[in-house]
Amino acid sequence: MKKFFSGCYVALVLLFMYLPIFVLIAFSFNEGRGRVWSGFSFKWYGELFQDKAILGALGNTLIIAFIASLFATILGTAAAIGIHNMRKNTRSLVKNVNSLPLISPEIVMGISLMILFSSLHITRGFFTMIIAHITFCVPAVVLSVLPKLGQINRHIYEAALDLGCNEVQAFFKVILPEIMPGVISGFLMALTYSIDDFVISYFTSGPSSQTLPLIIYTITKKPMTPKLNALSTLMFVVVLVILFVSNMNGDGASCKKSKKKAKKA
Amino acid sequence: MNNKKLRWLALPYLTWMVLFTIIPLALIVVFAFTTRDGNFTFDNIQHAAKYLPVLVKSVWLAALATVISLVIAYPLAYIMSNMRLNYQNTMMTLVMLPMWMSFLLRTYAWMSILETNSGLLNSFLGLFNLGPVHIMNTQAAVVLGMVYNYIPYMILPLYTIMVKIDRRLIEAAQDLGCNTYHVFRKVIIPLSFPGITSGVTMTFVPAVSTFVISQMLGGAKNYLIGDLIDQNFVSGGYNPHYGSAISLLLMVVVFICMGIFNQFDNEEMEETLK
Repeated sequence: MKKFFSGCYVALVLLFMYLPIFVLIAFSFNEGRGRVWSGFSFKWYGELFQDKAILGALGNTLIIAFIASLFATILGTAAAIGIHNMRKNTRSLVKNVNSLPLISPEIVMGISLMILFSSLHITRGFFTMIIAHITFCVPAVVLSVLPKLGQINRHIYEAALDLGCNEVQAFFKVILPEIMPGVISGFLMALTYSIDDFVISYFTSGPSSQTLPLIIYTITKKPMTPKLNALSTLMFVVVLVILFVSNMNGDGASCKKSKKKAKKA
Repeated sequence: MNNKKLRWLALPYLTWMVLFTIIPLALIVVFAFTTRDGNFTFDNIQHAAKYLPVLVKSVWLAALATVISLVIAYPLAYIMSNMRLNYQNTMMTLVMLPMWMSFLLRTYAWMSILETNSGLLNSFLGLFNLGPVHIMNTQAAVVLGMVYNYIPYMILPLYTIMVKIDRRLIEAAQDLGCNTYHVFRKVIIPLSFPGITSGVTMTFVPAVSTFVISQMLGGAKNYLIGDLIDQNFVSGGYNPHYGSAISLLLMVVVFICMGIFNQFDNEEMEETLK
């Protein structure tokens, strides 16, 4: 009996979480524009793929996410190694600074960067957006690499030095392979952060650097655009496939989980 | 590899953080207390204080959404933590999946459900000759949007902490004569408190500072502090001095709320340790 009730409860919460998504998916196949079912059609998908603004935004999203994540990963990995070797007091101070972008409300981070850019008379666009994205991605990379550094056996590094490696060689042959899982999950977290970001992008973008979330925001302000339903469906399918593949490859799903942990810290 | 030389690797990062996090945040404070000519003033803060009712409303709605999320998420996380391992993993994926979809699209979905005239909810109620109900453009819609968008942020930390609770402690409590209520009151809730704290933080902070959910579901009447900030920076022209003052107010409120909550957390912990 108890099992039955808890099963019902889980089902209800999941229904609440998924019903809106299924509504979007169902109506993406609706022939008509309204919310009355008028026949099955792929019409809106066709229109979606002809929308230059949306396709361009998709390209921008991916370019910005890739550049920002790559840069954030390099900066963050180096930082994690540096922080790991600091004295205890300095280390906890730097860790506090690192958590600033994660605990401040996103809107505050967004406007603070906007103020900075306009005070320096930098026109908002691709450049400012990449800087902003690196800024909120780096702390996540640092947090995902740091624990890996703590797990390394210090003697392996010393052994490498004793066996004739110089410091650079020892880094690339010993340290880097050991922390690689953290570096990769940091990179993936940075990618999802960047692709998903709306609020900070909203305050740091220019007309030339519209990303997908920004375009979606613009479209939701107009009445009744079934193209958005089609877009939602495609995004849902893409996410589903990615999750499925990463579950196949072991604990890839822990990526988003650690993102949440990062926020908590 | 305790190497002093390696410390320098953090230098580019530290420079970056100072340039793009600390200086910008400091600029908010500077702009909040200066005029256009750069003179010191309290006018901006006084101007921002006029919007105190909006701030109170934002805190109230976000707090309501946080409490509702907690009430829904807590039993769910508990049930999840007692499932068989492969079910647990499936549930984790199911809880996380919506978070990977843009929250704009998920909020947009609620727009089509809640609309008074042609929305799906009222069409559905119409089949039974009920309704129409007016939820769209009310505070209830805003709270619903907040709960819907941020509930995974509540479920995940709660679940993460609950799977770590040693089952033997629960059995011991039962052996020592606790009924279900007392097991919850004396064992499960105190042990899951860190999860509650981080869940509440992760739900409340984005909820209190949102401007999209209130715009999309709340209509023109129900604008929140986030909308005011937006109006002073993007949608209504660029007034960084007023905008900074309002943002500063928001930051202060967020820190006070978190401070009160952490205080509560510590007291609760001490009480259970006695």
